[in-house]
Amino acid sequence: MKVSFSVNDKTVESDVEPRTLLVDFLRNNLGMTGTHVGCDTSQCGACVVHMDGRSIKSCTLLALQAEGREIKTIEGLAFGDKLHPMQAAFREEHGLQCGFCTPGMIMSAIDLLQSNGDPTEAEIRDGLEGNICRCTGYHNIVKSIQTAAKAQ
Amino acid sequence: MYRFNYEAPTSIDGTLTALRQNSEAKIIAGGMTLLPTMKLRLASPDYLVDINNIQSLAGITKNNGSIVIGAMTRHADVASSALVRDCIPCLANLAEAIGDRQVRNRGTIGGSVANNDPSADYPAGLVGLGATLVTDRREIEADDFFTGMFETLLKKDEIITAVRFPIPKRAAYMKFPNPASRYAIVGVLVAETSNGVRVAVTGAASCVFRAQAMEVALENEFTPNSIALLTLNSTKFNEDIHATAEYRGHLVNVMARRAVSALT
Repeated sequence: MKVSFSVNDKTVESDVEPRTLLVDFLRNNLGMTGTHVGCDTSQCGACVVHMDGRSIKSCTLLALQAEGREIKTIEGLAFGDKLHPMQAAFREEHGLQCGFCTPGMIMSAIDLLQSNGDPTEAEIRDGLEGNICRCTGYHNIVKSIQTAAKAQ
Repeated sequence: MYRFNYEAPTSIDGTLTALRQNSEAKIIAGGMTLLPTMKLRLASPDYLVDINNIQSLAGITKNNGSIVIGAMTRHADVASSALVRDCIPCLANLAEAIGDRQVRNRGTIGGSVANNDPSADYPAGLVGLGATLVTDRREIEADDFFTGMFETLLKKDEIITAVRFPIPKRAAYMKFPNPASRYAIVGVLVAETSNGVRVAVTGAASCVFRAQAMEVALENEFTPNSIALLTLNSTKFNEDIHATAEYRGHLVNVMARRAVSALT
């Protein structure tokens, strides 16, 4: 079936099988491999992207369901060479170890700060309920988000 | 996932037509249960009718002392609604504790209650608050709607359009969540309504139910102590790797007392 939506402010059009997941479409059809597939069961959050400004798990959305919507992925955050403040904070605070969960963590963290610009540590940890770090590097991830919140 | 055909109508009529023309069709709302189930090949509908594009199904209004929540309203929107926070704060809290942020951004109240997972939160919300389900053709009391594990009174081609919650005098929901999924191992909603005290339990048995003995005791004396010695018969309660039936029985009492404590 035909589908058309915006990915990082560019319109994409394609013909997909209805069972194509958004994350597979991003990675396989568009070659945008910044969005990861971890558990593929909507638990780990490695596949988090934004749809119309809200964080969602792209392994649990059909590509067809993005019809007419605006998708933002990790590739769309930086302004040229300038990192998004959340990306810069993760770099500054060493908010990653192996880096596998990082795209999802960053996309979730941006959504978190959208609704709560000055979260407590507990609120950050609660807000990351849907993201799992297999290195268990949560301490610096939380610190990164606190740094990003202060920089706002 | 097995192959399927897909349609996303923009009206309730269009949805009903699609359902009637395809006997194996299934509605997809938020998809937070259906898609994972299809990926595991535990479900294989050959036709999906996506109702995410029907604008009239989403939204929250106040009407004659009730809060009316459209079936496609996301958990995140119930959780952050000033109207819900103001009138039925326990319902906003219940929605806020479902799954994780990304699940709450997609999952819907209509999808949750139509699925009737024995561990879902909303069934306790609806039964505990004495809500009414509105469908394309009728109204159904929550007390009657949930009939068994993943079973409801909904017909195959029937669609929930909204849920109407009477505003209670006071109400609280307490759950003991599974730490991984945040589904309720046991969740208890206690409400004092104009028609008396209601106590609804989810997660413990195959389907949400009302704990009548607790309602009677609380009607008599609204304190945690009044139900402290009430033990439910847990022989038919759920038993899995997370909790034994006996433990679930114990949790019902603890969660009920916590809910009452929060209100007194």
